[in-house]
Amino acid sequence: MERIYLDHASASPVDPRVLEYAEQYLKLRFGNPSTLHSKGLEAKKALEDARGKITELINAESESSIIFTSGATESNNLAIKGAAMRNIQKGKKVAASTIEHISVLNPIKELQKSGWEFNLIPVDSTGLVDTEKMNAILTEDTTVVSIMYANNEIGTIQPISEISRVVHEKSLYLHVDATAAGGRIPVDVQNDGIDLLTLSSNDMYGPQGAGALYVKPGVKLQPILPGGGQERGLRSGTENIFTIAGMGEAARIAKNEMVEESRRLEKMRDKLIEEILRIEESYLTGHPTQRLPHHASFRFSRIEGESILLNLDMGYNIQVSTGSACTSRTLEPSHVLLAIGLKHEEAHGSMIITLGRSNKIDEIPRIAKGVKETVERLRKLSPL
Amino acid sequence: MEVIELTETGYSKKVLEHFMNPKNVGAIENPDGYGKVGNPVCGDLMEMFIKVKDDTITEIKFKTFGCGSAIATSSMVTEMAKGMHVDDALKITRNDVADELDGLPPKKMHCSNLAADALHAAIKDYKAKKTGKK
Repeated sequence: MERIYLDHASASPVDPRVLEYAEQYLKLRFGNPSTLHSKGLEAKKALEDARGKITELINAESESSIIFTSGATESNNLAIKGAAMRNIQKGKKVAASTIEHISVLNPIKELQKSGWEFNLIPVDSTGLVDTEKMNAILTEDTTVVSIMYANNEIGTIQPISEISRVVHEKSLYLHVDATAAGGRIPVDVQNDGIDLLTLSSNDMYGPQGAGALYVKPGVKLQPILPGGGQERGLRSGTENIFTIAGMGEAARIAKNEMVEESRRLEKMRDKLIEEILRIEESYLTGHPTQRLPHHASFRFSRIEGESILLNLDMGYNIQVSTGSACTSRTLEPSHVLLAIGLKHEEAHGSMIITLGRSNKIDEIPRIAKGVKETVERLRKLSPL
Repeated sequence: MEVIELTETGYSKKVLEHFMNPKNVGAIENPDGYGKVGNPVCGDLMEMFIKVKDDTITEIKFKTFGCGSAIATSSMVTEMAKGMHVDDALKITRNDVADELDGLPPKKMHCSNLAADALHAAIKDYKAKKTGKK
């Protein structure tokens, strides 16, 4: 049985075109971009080419607005801790939505321990940030507000321009985690009014181990990783040229193919949602229309998500994700599903599908059949 | 790589076999003993049904809501207890269940705890009924 991989939000294969481009920087062009000889200059060029490609993907003001990091977690940490600590004279308050990724929430919790106030911004049952409530929560003392562009678990896309307007009426900076959205939907940092933006390489088919942080000109950050002063002093450490070059190439391809690819995946997503919602007591999680083109997330009553994942993997060679407690390190169900108002027992039955370049529309009947039979089998086992 | 997966999150082959093909699934009408443990809020709920003759478990069935190891341990405990004297079956511990499955990931040990608990609850129910009848 051929594999159908439907968990691209967790990890994506490196696009072969990206690998073909980037592997020269492992094998031949291995230089250190900080050195002045020809090997170093080769690497320096690769680094700056990549920066240019990221700049174009998100319409940044200039290449110098892009800082490369080791991934989205580091970008989120740098954006939040770096901005909060550097702008402490403005206030000691940080705000974020309840559905932010753990790599946004945990740095803020760390700041909390050092005396920062943490304000949580609620979302509605579809995952959209409640801008009125947000407006009531933010103050002049709020230095950083972190709202994700789109959510990785429920696919909901936030109205970032509107959020930016509300944030900037009072508060200092808007940080946007675009890990799930980057390379998938158009992101325009200038048009959207974004001060800091996180991007991940692997989420757009680049190699794991690279990320970027967009820093709007004039935005002040304190480095969280002091050292040799690479990346405008904001991120020390010799640049990982292979992964960065790969990320740049991945961004270039994503930008070129975005319109066509998102149209293709949207069609597949909608068909998949239609088929899966035929199953009794199955529900879509997240927003019905304001959602990522490759994202379809569900919950099924009376069954548990890890069992769904295992059964689809072993019985059908289909790989999905879940927000169930049983797959988390903490044994708590997904904070995102609880934040949109699901009860614990409802959150346990979640299944997340994230489509990718390898998926084809003719896979849908096998996916639909696999999910249907899985749900039926587990319900037969269930006492509920 | 494979070793890390196995110890971090992975299941033994036996766990997966019992998950994919669980034994003794279902309910028994008018059981001699019935046990229910867990809570859907926590993500695990088990029901155990037993038929007993001369203090020996002759038939046993379960229903489980929960993760892969919750289902596998339920299935395994029914296999272990079938044909056993009720007093011996009461001695089955969570470690016994996990051992029979060639081990469980550490954070899943509570699932095997539940399976043994469900069995014990059903036996206690049987004993209470028996005492009540006398």
